[in-house]
Amino acid sequence: MSTIVKHHHAHHFASSAQEFSAAKMGMWLFLVTEVLLFSGLFLGYAVLKSLYPEMWHEASKHLDWKLGALNTLVLITSSFTMALAVNAAQTNHNGEKTARTVKLLAATIALAGVFLVVKYFEYSHKFHEGILPGAAYSYGGIHAPNAHLFFGLYFLMTGLHGFHVVVGMGILTWVLLRAKKGHFYSEYYTPVEVGGLYWHLVDLIWIYLFPLLYLVG
Amino acid sequence: MHDNAHHDVDYLNEGKGLKSWLFTLDHKRIGVMYLFGVLIAFALGGIFALLLRTELLTPGKTFVEADTYNRFYTLHGAIMVFIFIIPSIPSALGNFALPLHLGAKDVAFPRLNLLSFWIWGIGTILALLAIVLGGVDTGWTFYTPYSSNVGGAVTMMTFAAFVLGFSSILTGLNFIVTVHKMRAPGMGFFRMPLFVWALYATAILQVMATPVLGITLMLLMAERILGIGIFDPALGGDPVLYQHFFWFYSHPAVYIMILPGMGVISELITAFSRKNIFGYRAIAYSSLGIGIISFLVWGHHMFVSGQSAYAGMVFSFLTYLVAIPTAIKVVNWVMTLYKGSISFDTPMLWTLSFLILFTIGGLTGIFLGSMGTDVHLHDTYFVVAHFHYVMMGGTAIAFFGGIHYWWPKMFGRMYSEKPAKLSAVLVFIGFNLTFFTQFVLGSRGMPRRYYNYVPEFQTLHQLSTLGAYILGIAFTIMALNLLVSLRSGAKATQNPWGARTLEWTHAASPPIMHNFHNTPTVTEGPYEYPVEGQGVTSTAQSSV
Repeated sequence: MSTIVKHHHAHHFASSAQEFSAAKMGMWLFLVTEVLLFSGLFLGYAVLKSLYPEMWHEASKHLDWKLGALNTLVLITSSFTMALAVNAAQTNHNGEKTARTVKLLAATIALAGVFLVVKYFEYSHKFHEGILPGAAYSYGGIHAPNAHLFFGLYFLMTGLHGFHVVVGMGILTWVLLRAKKGHFYSEYYTPVEVGGLYWHLVDLIWIYLFPLLYLVG
Repeated sequence: MHDNAHHDVDYLNEGKGLKSWLFTLDHKRIGVMYLFGVLIAFALGGIFALLLRTELLTPGKTFVEADTYNRFYTLHGAIMVFIFIIPSIPSALGNFALPLHLGAKDVAFPRLNLLSFWIWGIGTILALLAIVLGGVDTGWTFYTPYSSNVGGAVTMMTFAAFVLGFSSILTGLNFIVTVHKMRAPGMGFFRMPLFVWALYATAILQVMATPVLGITLMLLMAERILGIGIFDPALGGDPVLYQHFFWFYSHPAVYIMILPGMGVISELITAFSRKNIFGYRAIAYSSLGIGIISFLVWGHHMFVSGQSAYAGMVFSFLTYLVAIPTAIKVVNWVMTLYKGSISFDTPMLWTLSFLILFTIGGLTGIFLGSMGTDVHLHDTYFVVAHFHYVMMGGTAIAFFGGIHYWWPKMFGRMYSEKPAKLSAVLVFIGFNLTFFTQFVLGSRGMPRRYYNYVPEFQTLHQLSTLGAYILGIAFTIMALNLLVSLRSGAKATQNPWGARTLEWTHAASPPIMHNFHNTPTVTEGPYEYPVEGQGVTSTAQSSV
């Protein structure tokens, strides 16, 4: 387990350093596109909230802020374990930190799983009450009109974010399997680094979603 | 990796069979696959154009019902915009030329490049499926609330455009990183060919604007499938919000379409004037300038949609600003012609045609950017004509010029000059006949997308249709000529045009798999042509 597999840069690069900086820049650009993708939903949020401020206030109170806070804590912790995993791969000179890298990646994936379980309970409780996205919405407990718009956006925003969590788990699992084979060490840890960047963004988006959806009421 | 392979084999013969193409990581092969893909899309979109022009030969019904006609123009628009123009120059010519221009072996992420081609293919298949599943009659803009409630395969077509957007994003991302990280030794930013600058500015727009289209189309799908209501006034939503979303992408998108065309023209005009480009830095910076301004003008599509008049004034002013970098480019191109030794090879004919048509297209845009005249011209044939003068007269013409320029490099064969020139001239004539008449129709009040019209407009409509048929014939000649050259064209030399960029000076026709035997070291700008009568290389002109 403690041996490392040497990395050879792809033929079209002149050096490993060039390959690493290209990969990193590519991921940062990808994160730009992710932010812009979510920006549309944030803009939709701003417009609808300004159209129906009272309804927004009332509907927001129907979300469980305690579960939201719990999930925020879970994701921030997962970002921390992710950062530690990158650090472990970075300082893995002879394979002595391979096992540590793998453990930290596993912890990150497990925390992502916890997030989804909490989300599952939140969603099923809402569905049970008749709070469903779009035309299926049938909840009668909110007096201000157009509350379906708040919850429609709630499901779209958290749904798209949840989808990103699932994709992140897939990516990190792939990184973990390669880490296990000893692919990552101080000279080459690009997938851990860029996978980590992606994971931090997923965390960051939630940090905006939580107050905007759960706490504005 | 395969250092034991014979390095004299060109990229077309490195590996045989369909599989060696579909799974290739070589940017040149991916570029060629895109080229044939987008040309087939162009033919398909063109057939819909001919069908709708035929229907417009007479007022009322000519040969199809109104519903079918609505589908014709929607499919013409959606195919031409999303499947043809957006990927045309960057993905086909850009993929082929960018690494060669930079002295690189490939783009930064070859696998991502192939993925983006596949995604383009999947998106195209989905769009064709939407046609089979009942078509779409919303127009290519999918305006709500009509699009959120109407029947037909709107969801499928929206999904197709959503998927195609990913292909565009990935190409843009790949190109930005390639420009930053893959340049050969000595290739500073200001030694890059201007086509690269144009592709770079385009790539920034692709990365920054397309995700917004993605979320817009996703919201539209959520409207149709779930009934979320964000764009539907009946459910408390705001339909104009959809227009803001849509044009925040789609206005930068028209610069995604035109900027690469401008880049091609910069290459062609200097090669066939045999003279260093006039105002290199001005052209390079104006590409970025157009890119930046393009994000701030989307509201000029909503002058009559209930947007506040003050917002309209700001958007109108910002729209005028686009004219500045655009005019800088045109002036510099014309100044490049001045005292050049101009040769009228086929690519140059397309270039001159571009200069005339694009200038008309650009100037007529000013009428639409001004609020007073726009109220009269909004949603008329004037808009249609303006759009086609810049998109077809600009981008598509530059694309065909670029194809004729890089064809010998791509396939190692020369095409016959006579039919090539004939098709370029016929396109120019047919195009003006088709669309200049539409300026007249529009200013007299002919609304766009209408099935019926008053009898007074019939002559102009028929002239326009005649022009469309001439275009159909011209493009058929062009296509046949190019295809014949693949079999029986004369072998191309390494540098048939005497151009100065790296793909002509350092790579064979067609290039080897890794482009260059040895990575070139760059010591001068991209357009150092000898000055007539002096026989020395001029550098003075590049410091303008």
